[in-house]
Amino acid sequence: MDPFTSEVRHIWNVDNYRLLWDTSAYHSIAFRTIGIAAAVTLADAILAFPLGYFMARIAGGRSRAFVFVAVLLPLWSSYLIRVYIWRLILNHDGVLNWTLQKVGLPAANIGYTNWAVWLIFTYIWLPFMVLPVYGALERVPDSFLEASRDLGAGGWTTFRRVVLPLALPGVIAGSIFTFSLTLGDYITPLLAGGASSQFIGNVVYDSIGTQQTPFAAAFAAVPLVVMGVYLLIARRLGAFEAL
Amino acid sequence: METRATRVALTIWSALVVLFLWIPLALIMLYAFNKSNVESWPITSFSTHWFHAAWTAEVRTALWLSVRVGLIATGIALALGSMAAFGVARFRFFGRESISFLLVLPIALPGIVTAIALNSAFVAGNITLSTWTIVTGHATFCVVVVYNNVLARLRRSSPSLLEASQDLGADGWQTFRFVIWPVLSGALVAGGLLAFALSFDEVIVTYFTAGAQNTLPLLIFGYIRLGQQLPVVNVIAFAMILLTAIPVLLAQRLVRDTGVTVRGAAAAAQAQQA
Repeated sequence: MDPFTSEVRHIWNVDNYRLLWDTSAYHSIAFRTIGIAAAVTLADAILAFPLGYFMARIAGGRSRAFVFVAVLLPLWSSYLIRVYIWRLILNHDGVLNWTLQKVGLPAANIGYTNWAVWLIFTYIWLPFMVLPVYGALERVPDSFLEASRDLGAGGWTTFRRVVLPLALPGVIAGSIFTFSLTLGDYITPLLAGGASSQFIGNVVYDSIGTQQTPFAAAFAAVPLVVMGVYLLIARRLGAFEAL
Repeated sequence: METRATRVALTIWSALVVLFLWIPLALIMLYAFNKSNVESWPITSFSTHWFHAAWTAEVRTALWLSVRVGLIATGIALALGSMAAFGVARFRFFGRESISFLLVLPIALPGIVTAIALNSAFVAGNITLSTWTIVTGHATFCVVVVYNNVLARLRRSSPSLLEASQDLGADGWQTFRFVIWPVLSGALVAGGLLAFALSFDEVIVTYFTAGAQNTLPLLIFGYIRLGQQLPVVNVIAFAMILLTAIPVLLAQRLVRDTGVTVRGAAAAAQAQQA
């Protein structure tokens, strides 16, 4: 940036990356973003796996179709609206505290914290995990499970040694979505997070229209690199076939 | 094969997850009828007053811009996406793998990356942010949706159909009209509907590519951020949940009839936020 004209000068150097490397505030923002993205992915996997299993192997045709639409539809209702409704729920005079009070529990004031950001991301991206997990589980042939049982494996062993390895590409495929989408978001932290919920995206967002844009571009390279590495690992694990 | 206890546990878990997905949506539908302009729970009195109040000039302008952007971006996506899918499915050429990778990349990239990249490109090229820059931004991910849908369909349809048509003496146009079009129309309609729905709801990229105008999501974003006009937001939420349900259910029907895979649905949905 030119200090006199305050116009952005185009000079090829690594100053922006050096600033990123040297400032600890940016480190904690990067780690928070990546950490919450990982926590969201984990929570979604835990919520989605039994549901995917239910859809693939337990539900009959009609209830499967019903659950499928029930999972898919929220995905299409407006993203902003879904963030907004959670703000109303988590507010101190919202549904959550009212319900807790009715059953005699202390109020949970998690509105505008990192917990709220984590919960809302988990909610919003959940369908992205359910669909590929269901797809992967549906492709596990019944005969594999029968073979496993014939060979003397118990339910748990069959699950651990047969179902889980076959379903893993589906989980990884889902995690690409949940992880990448959380990594690149700034709306939820902005609307539902607190003062210490800044994401990489928020720094970029704040820089628009200022002279900080080149630095913001450097910061945006962080999720880009993280996703690049993540995709390479995912391809190794065979997740692309499960997409 | 699973024990009874396992089945019961899985059923209960699934019911709870579906409730987790739907209770918030049901709540926002209720809030639209909240008479008070303070959004606290429980709602004490109900009214349909806000449904009139929400139809302001600001909302109408934003809605109209969103519809225009969605239609143009969908049109571009249908043209480019289906041609790209044809090229990749039918021909072997140098760089084919790279092209299919580059086409799908925008949906795997974090939204903020696409956003800042487009913004920097427009600023560097001295392009004033306008309706057309929004359309360009939306087209990047709408193309993927159409491309994925059409490609999945082409991969499943046998090339021998075309050979048979030519052997029977059909010219290029007749082959297109009577063989290719019936095979593709479902995928194009489904892809187009999904692309429109994505564009209509996009906010991450739009914020970085819009000038002074507001699309409907940008308007809502502003209202929520500043805590203004929340009753209006409730009503818009009510309407949007109902309106998006219709094209999705339609697309879902078409996709089921024509057998597009989970990949198509997931990728399309992914692109919504990309």
